[in-house]
Amino acid sequence: MVRNLVTGEIESHGADAVVLCTGGYANVFYLSTNAMASNVSATYRAYKKGAFFANPCYTQIHPTCIPVHGTYQSKLTLMSESLRNDGRVWVPKTPGDKRPPDQIPEPERDYYLEEKYPSFGNLVPRDVASRNAKAQCDMGKGVGETGFAVYLDFADAIQRDGKEVIRQKYGNLFQMYEKITASNPYETPMMIYPASHYVMGGLWVDYNLMSTLDGLFVMGEANFSDHGANRLGASALMQGLADGYFIIPYTIGGYLSGTGRPEITTDHPAFKEAVHYVTERTRKLLSINGKRTVDDFHRELGHILWEYCGMSRNDEGLLKARKMIQELREEFWNNAVVPGSSQDFNQSLERAGRVADFLEFAELLVMDAFERKESCGGHFNEAYQTQEHEALRDDENFCHVAAWEYKGDDTDPELHKEPLVFENVELTQRSYK
Amino acid sequence: MTKSINITLKVWRQKGSHVNGGFETYPVTDISTDMSFLEMIDVVNEQLTLEGKDPIAFDHDCREGICGMCGAVINGRAHGPEKGTTLCQLHMRHFSNGDTIVIEPWRAKAFPIVKDLVVNRSAFDQIILAGGYISVNTGGAPDANSIPIAQEIAELAMDAAACIGCGACVAACPNASAMLFTGAKISQLALLPQGKPEAASRALAMVRKMDALCFGNCSNERECEAECPKEISISNIARLNREFIKAGLVSSVR
Repeated sequence: MVRNLVTGEIESHGADAVVLCTGGYANVFYLSTNAMASNVSATYRAYKKGAFFANPCYTQIHPTCIPVHGTYQSKLTLMSESLRNDGRVWVPKTPGDKRPPDQIPEPERDYYLEEKYPSFGNLVPRDVASRNAKAQCDMGKGVGETGFAVYLDFADAIQRDGKEVIRQKYGNLFQMYEKITASNPYETPMMIYPASHYVMGGLWVDYNLMSTLDGLFVMGEANFSDHGANRLGASALMQGLADGYFIIPYTIGGYLSGTGRPEITTDHPAFKEAVHYVTERTRKLLSINGKRTVDDFHRELGHILWEYCGMSRNDEGLLKARKMIQELREEFWNNAVVPGSSQDFNQSLERAGRVADFLEFAELLVMDAFERKESCGGHFNEAYQTQEHEALRDDENFCHVAAWEYKGDDTDPELHKEPLVFENVELTQRSYK
Repeated sequence: MTKSINITLKVWRQKGSHVNGGFETYPVTDISTDMSFLEMIDVVNEQLTLEGKDPIAFDHDCREGICGMCGAVINGRAHGPEKGTTLCQLHMRHFSNGDTIVIEPWRAKAFPIVKDLVVNRSAFDQIILAGGYISVNTGGAPDANSIPIAQEIAELAMDAAACIGCGACVAACPNASAMLFTGAKISQLALLPQGKPEAASRALAMVRKMDALCFGNCSNERECEAECPKEISISNIARLNREFIKAGLVSSVR
């Protein structure tokens, strides 16, 4: 079932197999590096029809993004990971030091990544770089107007290689940064802060990329496979190519040839039911007629998740977040305002449907985070960390995929555990010292 | 440093392609100069929604200048006054307190208005469908460097491939010509060995489709090049012409 975004018409399409390539749900945080239209609707609706949703709590926060600067902000722009090859990350040593960066002498700068991880330095993995930036800012050492930013400084690289070499490597990024911030990174250090960027969780699929619903295939970021708990740089592109070029052309053929394909037309009662559900939901959204815009709800949802289910999580915060999400959802259905009609091009309605799905899905994300009593990749629970504040896994009890099965709106979903089996490698604690 | 400005917007409002539109005026206060142009429209839309009015429809998606969804004519210029910039990457610091800003959709016969600032650009998709691809079986991945390509050629192809298909070239052209778009797409493929086998049929089919869709012809105004957010060079139009003539005169393709 799809809604034609231009005419508002609800269209039914029957197929022997369906492939979802609908991307990830990082926009559940409202601010993310994703495009504005990215949403969870397709995968979440599939989940509500019986497809298992796996590892929703594995969300990646990317360390090098342009910081937030106002409540009106609609997105966070990613500055490429590659910048950390040459840029040095630092903050002032003294909390509250508000001097401009060029007036802070070398001995009063804290190159905290180089200090803490001498062998990897500024190139530590994303989750480590992000959590450390947050830790520095939480200590009051953050820079910029908001205090939620750290410097990424190219002065040494420019001195070493010359401006021209740096321009050839990063010219387009520097230009983009200057356009957005009106500050020249050749002269002044960039300011960066972590932002929600990618989600490792998604619909559960088997090795043929088929979900737990027969004939429903899921590719790319929309599925949960390939990246475990923490995606590495450039591997989303790899997954797109692998799923699209090398896997699905073969496995979907295998599925189609091995199934008796009953003749089902769009007259089937399931189609009628779905049309009724969608029409009813649309009518409801348009008739709430409340006092708060959909974006305002989305913004608040983002705040809740960023605060309690972002880079660093704890049980108390997660319980609180779950309650807050439930309350916000309740308010949404009573106080949102969605203008326009269902019969034409209505961007407000489009957004309202997506935010309504985010408001349900967010609870699943928080529940998954609460259930995983360890720290692993994109999920960091403060209660489980080493003495050096690194993520502490519990391979005895949590070496599994958490796949959630929908059981109804008023019932908690059921957790299925798929054990992770490692035949050739031994699990160890990582170290970037 | 952040500051706030007050501006007046004159925005083209049109309910659909079959009804007449017109300008509406909106006084807008307290706009942070750090906002992007689209964030400014977001703020206006939030206000309109709360006042029970219909928010301004506009296309957008990535908001970092790489997807090609956004675009409007700002004070007579496609994507606004900044060179090499998409509308989403235009910031309010380029405007002054008290400015009146006129916002219109792309205007071209081939781009019918869907609503307000949203136009239907599927004509571009049809040009691509006519031949803007290579039909090779992907099969197994070839070894790297098995087809050597000179750096200079790779760069030219990459420059042409930077086109995001936003439609600013059409909007800026007095003839509403799609030559820069089509030229970029034809060039990107014609320059590379993988594109050569189908170069002739591609050039003929894409140009014919472009004409059939009511895009105008090129009369060397160079407005497209001036407004293109990806700064695509009109030398790509020259290459399109060469490819088209070559295909028409010496190839066996008709």
